[in-house]
Amino acid sequence: MIHGQLFGFMFLMWILIIIGGGITVTILGPISISGFGELDSFLSSASKGLIAIILSVIWILVLNKMKNLIFRKTFSN
Amino acid sequence: MNELILPAIISCIIAFFSVYVMMPPLIKYLGKKNLAVRDIHKKGEVMVVRPGGPALIVGVIASEIVLYGFLQLNEILAIILTTSIAFLVGYIDDRKVMGGWFKPIGLAVAALPIIFLGAYDSDLAFPLFGEVQIPILYLAIIIFMIVITGNTVNSIDVANGIASGFMVIASFTLSCALFILENYEVAIVSLPLGFISLAFYKYHKIPSKIFPGDSGALTLGAMYGAIAIVGEVEVIAAVALLPAVLNSFLFLATVKKIVDHRELNEKPVELTKDFKLRATKNKHARISLVRLIVAKTALSEKEVAIVIFKLALFSAFLAIITTFMMEFKI
Repeated sequence: MIHGQLFGFMFLMWILIIIGGGITVTILGPISISGFGELDSFLSSASKGLIAIILSVIWILVLNKMKNLIFRKTFSN
Repeated sequence: MNELILPAIISCIIAFFSVYVMMPPLIKYLGKKNLAVRDIHKKGEVMVVRPGGPALIVGVIASEIVLYGFLQLNEILAIILTTSIAFLVGYIDDRKVMGGWFKPIGLAVAALPIIFLGAYDSDLAFPLFGEVQIPILYLAIIIFMIVITGNTVNSIDVANGIASGFMVIASFTLSCALFILENYEVAIVSLPLGFISLAFYKYHKIPSKIFPGDSGALTLGAMYGAIAIVGEVEVIAAVALLPAVLNSFLFLATVKKIVDHRELNEKPVELTKDFKLRATKNKHARISLVRLIVAKTALSEKEVAIVIFKLALFSAFLAIITTFMMEFKI
């Protein structure tokens, strides 16, 4: 049973990677800051970096929730 | 494509046999120098020599130099340099146990040749959704990738034969993905990693005659990460590595800090009287992949290895599906 849960959790990780990729392309891709002269590319990259970090943290939190949900019985034993 | 067949065959033969032939004298030498550790999953005082990293790095350098002679790609130089620095980082840690900070920082330095040699494309490709251009952010991803792949492969080195067997599956999957995407040159550059892992598996499988040590695990992991970057298959590489990523995630989720596992006192698994592995009842011990595998039933070391290889094959299957999904855009 626990082995089935492991396969299931890995499948969920994969789904999260695919969805995370979609969000990254949709949100990060179009970001372009202008009006700051030479700082434009730096500010664009910095904002992309910041959003990427926030997305990664959300990804880890979601994964952690799923881990607790799937393996709750195993952990409590 | 046809002109790549000869370099591919020669480099794979060199990769496999350099490790296969070098290993017995290395085992003998390490034994004479008394560089051995106790195999904690065996009955009695079974000592196993380490590290196997020196033979692995010879295999990497020899096979990739031959490929460089044929193809003269900057990407090959980047792979050789990154892998060699990762080996040195691991070797220092093998000889003198360093703090938890040492390997991540050392592996970050190992990633620099990829950046300085410009052996990367800053567009990050995702399945179904296409590419995203992140020129500056991608530099951080390069460093992050080498640190993660090096450490995750090291973290999966939990019992006889697991790290090497796992790398055989993951690296050949990565090569298949590169062939499917018609990135033939990098596909051929990636093949030696699978053959090096396969040759090492012969000596690392149960009962191990040699352990890879940090130098061996970091060599395999960093080379895998470097291939993923130069081959532009970062996401596919991450999917193929999912069981090891899961193991690292469980470690960080329970320990909640970057620390070497040797610094933790509570072990996640313990031995039964008949030398099977079972989950510890200690609630303060960290959660690991092996602890989950043996949570319900005690299993032998070999049975644990088989479960991890099944998980690796499952993630390999997902990685190949991901590769085909790269061809489609929503």
